[in-house]
Amino acid sequence: MSILVYTESENGKLKKAAFEVASYAKGIADLMSTSVTAVSINADNVEELKNYGVDKVLKVSNDKLSKFNADAYAEVITQASKKEDSKIVIVSQSANAKYLAPLLAVNLEAGYASNIVALPKLDEGFVVERTAFTNKAFSMTSISTDVKVLGLSSNAFGLKENEASLSEEDFSPELSDANFGIDVVSVDKNKDKVSIADAEIVVSAGRGMKGPENWEMIEELADVLNAATACSKPVSDMGWRPHSEHVGQTGKPVATNLYIAIGISGAIQHLAGISASKNKVVINTDPEAPFFKAADYGIVGDAFEVVPELIEKLKEFKANNS
Amino acid sequence: MKILVCISHVPDTTSKINFVEDDTKFDTGGVQFVINPNDEFGLTRAMWFKDKQGATVDVVTVGGKDTEPTIRKALAIGADSAHRVDTEPLDGFQVAKELAEVAKDGKYDLIIAGRESIDYNGGMVPGMLAKLIGANFINTCVSLEVEGDTATAVREIDGGKETLKSSLPLVIGGQKGLVEESDLKIPNMRGIMMARKKPLNVVEPISADSLTEAKSFRKPKPKGEITLVDADNLDKLIDLLHNEAKAI
Repeated sequence: MSILVYTESENGKLKKAAFEVASYAKGIADLMSTSVTAVSINADNVEELKNYGVDKVLKVSNDKLSKFNADAYAEVITQASKKEDSKIVIVSQSANAKYLAPLLAVNLEAGYASNIVALPKLDEGFVVERTAFTNKAFSMTSISTDVKVLGLSSNAFGLKENEASLSEEDFSPELSDANFGIDVVSVDKNKDKVSIADAEIVVSAGRGMKGPENWEMIEELADVLNAATACSKPVSDMGWRPHSEHVGQTGKPVATNLYIAIGISGAIQHLAGISASKNKVVINTDPEAPFFKAADYGIVGDAFEVVPELIEKLKEFKANNS
Repeated sequence: MKILVCISHVPDTTSKINFVEDDTKFDTGGVQFVINPNDEFGLTRAMWFKDKQGATVDVVTVGGKDTEPTIRKALAIGADSAHRVDTEPLDGFQVAKELAEVAKDGKYDLIIAGRESIDYNGGMVPGMLAKLIGANFINTCVSLEVEGDTATAVREIDGGKETLKSSLPLVIGGQKGLVEESDLKIPNMRGIMMARKKPLNVVEPISADSLTEAKSFRKPKPKGEITLVDADNLDKLIDLLHNEAKAI
């Protein structure tokens, strides 16, 4: 009864999230004195998993799975879990993983807990800590089923290196037409830009920018830092920026290493959405803005003066530190 | 087309979050409850299907009598009838099981739920419901059209969008984008009066089991003091981010 972990890939390459969920799986395997099996779909670089404590990888190669399909992917993981007799199945909380996890849980008659931030406690049943109320609280949640599906929040556990002797095995699950009830017509992914979900750094801006025409400096700052761009709710409501950039309670949650908020006052819903980020910087003209109470570093100043100068200084810094 | 919109009764986004009874229960004192925002975007899209394509729209919630003002609001916005499954669910699976019964009875073409509730953030109800009733499922849906028995949806993915086609019946995990914030409707007096006459069926639960349970809660640790950096000294900020935060 290995712990099973679904290690996601994109264009054949395992994502950082895959190594994080593998690290977490190894953590649980150590608590329960068992091993870790990964299942990957059309991934080429699976040998890297040995650095994160994975003992075995089930490699699925199937052209029908070249585009993500939640039901079919859930079926693959279901069959892998049955083959390994896994009682614990771990997924990330990427958009795709959140899509497939409830389907997987029903397939396995498993209890599912999402947004988990720490290793389970095993002294009284099986209890995980997860975020609730959009990061305004944590909930200790018990799972009572024999099989359990765990969704690990991104950047909550981090990467933990653990050398293992990885064995690779080809795995060909049976898929039927019923697993492909949804037809993926087109995928429109911005290849030049880092996504908020994958970014180490997010540069976010609000109404203080005065208009969409002033976003060039935000984009440039993001470029210099290899960061994703985000925005506050009013900015997306006014159509200055796309909805996909809106972070906060009704937008996207951000759990990144560094969050830089420029001209965002810090409404409670916004602060909740970004509170899982490790380091927060606020740049705002108003020293009374609520964001200053939620941030680690702050600059009271005009974004139109601070940001261009920050870009120049960061370019210098990058040139000297690369 | 028959549409079912699943509504969760949640604290307003500005609510202070506190816990009582030894941190085992959410403190509802002074809290204003609303239609879960992700559900409200879906409800508003359902109203569009009603106005433009003659759809009928039912709403459903799983909860005690205290949730009735929330579901009445959905009727006031324009839903035709409401169901309330009379039980206090412990987890999303239990909600999905109860909803599945209502969904099977109603033979709906389209079922819309929010991608997650803003209180427990489980993010599991629409997907589980779809699987339990054998319907197709599209999550984080930001655009939805239905023509005949085919739905075309746009789904938000990490760093982009995907366009999908599905036959009906279909379950949607919806969010902002299905409609714009400015499309959301505040019920008018006529809507509120009419809602009083619309049917609100109280449904006996099937007493589905929950598989998980929130045993206790805690609030995040208070934030440490902010380090302020002078706007003329950005080298200092870069130094802090590099050496102290190790973030760049």
